[in-house]
Amino acid sequence: MWREWIPFWQGGLSPYGGDVDLLFIGLLVASSLVLGLLFVLLALFCIRYRAGNQVDRANHEAKSWHWEVGWTTASLVCFLLLFLWGANVFFEIYKTPQGELTVFVVAKQWMWKVQHAGGQTEINALHIPVNRPMRLVMASQDVIHSFFIPALRLKHDVVPGRFQDVEIEAKRPGHYHLFCAEYCGTDHSGMTGEIIAMEAPDYAAWLRQQGPGTPLAQEGSALFRELGCSGCHGTGSKVRAPLLEGLYGKPVPLADGSTVIADDKYIRDSILLPRSQIAAGYDAVMPSFEGKISEDQLLRLVTYIKLLGENHP
Amino acid sequence: MSEIDYLNASYTLRSWFLTTDHKRIAILFFASLTVFFFIGGAAATLIRIELATPQADLVSADGYNRLFTMHGVIMVWFFLIPSIPNTLGNFIVPLMIGARDLAFPRLNLASWYLFMLGGTVTLFAIFAGGIDTGWTFYTPFSTLYSNSYVLVAVSGVFIVGFSSILTGLNFIVTIHRLRAPGLTWYRLPLFIWSLYATSVILVLATPVLAITLVLLAAERFFGVGIFDPRIGGDPLLFQHLFWFYSHPAVYIMILPGMGVVNELISCFSRKEIFGYKFVAWASLAIAAVGFLVWGHHMFVSGQSLLASLVFSFMSFIVAVPSAIKVFNWTATLHKGSIRFDAPMLYALAFIGLFTIGGLTGLFLACLAYDVHATDTYFVVAHFHYIMVGGMVTAYFGGLHYWWPKITGRLYSEGWARAAAILIFFGFNLTFFPQFVLGAEGMPRRYHVYPPEFQVWNVLSSGGATILAAAYLLPLFYLGYSLFFGARASANPWNAPGLEWQTASPPPEFNFATQPMVTRGPYQYSTDFEPEPQNA
Repeated sequence: MWREWIPFWQGGLSPYGGDVDLLFIGLLVASSLVLGLLFVLLALFCIRYRAGNQVDRANHEAKSWHWEVGWTTASLVCFLLLFLWGANVFFEIYKTPQGELTVFVVAKQWMWKVQHAGGQTEINALHIPVNRPMRLVMASQDVIHSFFIPALRLKHDVVPGRFQDVEIEAKRPGHYHLFCAEYCGTDHSGMTGEIIAMEAPDYAAWLRQQGPGTPLAQEGSALFRELGCSGCHGTGSKVRAPLLEGLYGKPVPLADGSTVIADDKYIRDSILLPRSQIAAGYDAVMPSFEGKISEDQLLRLVTYIKLLGENHP
Repeated sequence: MSEIDYLNASYTLRSWFLTTDHKRIAILFFASLTVFFFIGGAAATLIRIELATPQADLVSADGYNRLFTMHGVIMVWFFLIPSIPNTLGNFIVPLMIGARDLAFPRLNLASWYLFMLGGTVTLFAIFAGGIDTGWTFYTPFSTLYSNSYVLVAVSGVFIVGFSSILTGLNFIVTIHRLRAPGLTWYRLPLFIWSLYATSVILVLATPVLAITLVLLAAERFFGVGIFDPRIGGDPLLFQHLFWFYSHPAVYIMILPGMGVVNELISCFSRKEIFGYKFVAWASLAIAAVGFLVWGHHMFVSGQSLLASLVFSFMSFIVAVPSAIKVFNWTATLHKGSIRFDAPMLYALAFIGLFTIGGLTGLFLACLAYDVHATDTYFVVAHFHYIMVGGMVTAYFGGLHYWWPKITGRLYSEGWARAAAILIFFGFNLTFFPQFVLGAEGMPRRYHVYPPEFQVWNVLSSGGATILAAAYLLPLFYLGYSLFFGARASANPWNAPGLEWQTASPPPEFNFATQPMVTRGPYQYSTDFEPEPQNA
């Protein structure tokens, strides 16, 4: 944004970090001006018009409406500008994630469990490469948590029962605090971790060093058979169920006439609440997996189904 | 000396606990609220002591969670919401409008009994084992995961809600029906206008809280799926319902304070309030728009971005009438004849602290900054500037202002001024550092925290010690004045309000003859006659 033209301005640690900081400074300056004016007036009036001080008190402002209109309009204009500025940056923070790298985060009382696509697992830590946007898909196993990285000016609640995705990107290598910002019970203040932002080669080395874990999609594929999904959704099945190959990212016509895009959220909902969105032309025969499947398993399945989509364009 | 007033009319227990006199009921509320204020304050003190070091040393994690929940629940529902309406409002409203009592005296007494019942049930929950959900009772933590006395505490809050509704209803009817002859709407003191706005919110918003708490209980007790996604519920539904009540409740907690400040500023600068009609309608504007901003508590919850946009916009709009009030109070001082008695010190402190609270509210209404600041100490500091710096300061200001009327005694002006100044400094030292902590990213409700936050926490805890001591001071000098203070005249501030035109303390039925009103509320004589107080 236009802050690049401000001399000596250090951009923030995330793509929008500097914008948020600038907004903060803007708010601070505006508030200080108002507060300064108010305090000066208060002090001035209190001293000058203290009881017993002989000053001219005659002809005090009787008609007040033009003052009222004046300061009401001034506040309104000022507030509107701040509103627009804040909204503008807000959409930068919560823009639809574009990063081609996806990392899953499962929050549970009281830890952050991170799973990289290659199968690497971390607890209360997240390694990311610098200057490369990453898509975080977050889910909660129990209560509401909130994923908060003060240094990156990023926060998003992790509400159980849904996926929420945000984009994360760090501009400089370093170790940054990760906090749980939504009160979640006994050890809420212990639900902290670290974001480790690394240069690309260091990140690649770190990934290798973690050893070859089983990729999530491969584990998902195993689950797909174990949980019996393949019995209906597999090719050559006797039950008439939608094929999942090439599904991900495509529009799906529904029985009620509407259309949805088959994203992570749709796949998740279809597993847990199969009757809520029925694909057009199919019977509602799928049982719900609500309560039978953990968030960890769920995200493996979603990764697998997503892979099926990518392999069959 | 043996005039019959409401205090010495009768001394039996029955005459107090079955009284329908609004003045005695105000005293009952005052005594009960004082107890709750110090219970809630004790919890806050323990929290601040614990936070002086980054490690856990004073209490366990569960103990800490119970402390801040107890602090929040007690302070919000058993002190702040009833504070000015049920004590000063109960006492002063009928006197101010020249009535013998509120419209429904027995309902007024019922309100106190409901308050005490709700309070007892909640205290039972706290002392039997405590609650650890935070005062916000967020689901599904509160319905499924918390192993504490959630149902009991929720019942207590549910009951006390009816006390609020009854009081709100009583005020609305009283203000409509019982005004003295000649007391038109625009001759009403602004304290009445703000209590009227408060009552509208009490009556409209509190039932939503009751419904929400019943749904919460249904899920926790019977397993009905409403908020928990595992049984088909939606956790955000709870937040929408809860904040639909609790954001307007914030205005329940500040409007009466604004009302008191109007009276104080006007009296101690001997001037009519600048822009009376604007201030009066600003109260109602706040009450109305205050119902449309609840979603600003949920900017990071995953609610739709469009909803966030609208709620952010409305939150800026609701700040406009508050700004109007601040400007009008300041303009009132212009060409006044200002005296700095204790109530005025509180009023000036209110303007400063409320403005800081309001301006930092804009930071939080501002979408992108809220993403960073929400659920951090920035929020904690912001709402304490409004609730404590604003409402509690106004409460103390009003208490000192009307103390001679309520008790018939004068307090020590020197001690009162000292306490006011000490409260101001203690307050700022406690809460200003919390803005810095929040901006640096320290989350709220943290029992242990990274060591780099310690400096500001130590400052805050130091301030809390001063503040705690300062809040104890009035207990002593006001208590002392009850027995040894000089007798107050009927009108020690030389004020024109109707409440000052009857004896101090007032007789049982307030006025010997029905007062008639022929002028506006703030017709002060321009030159201030210095009234000697027993300093």
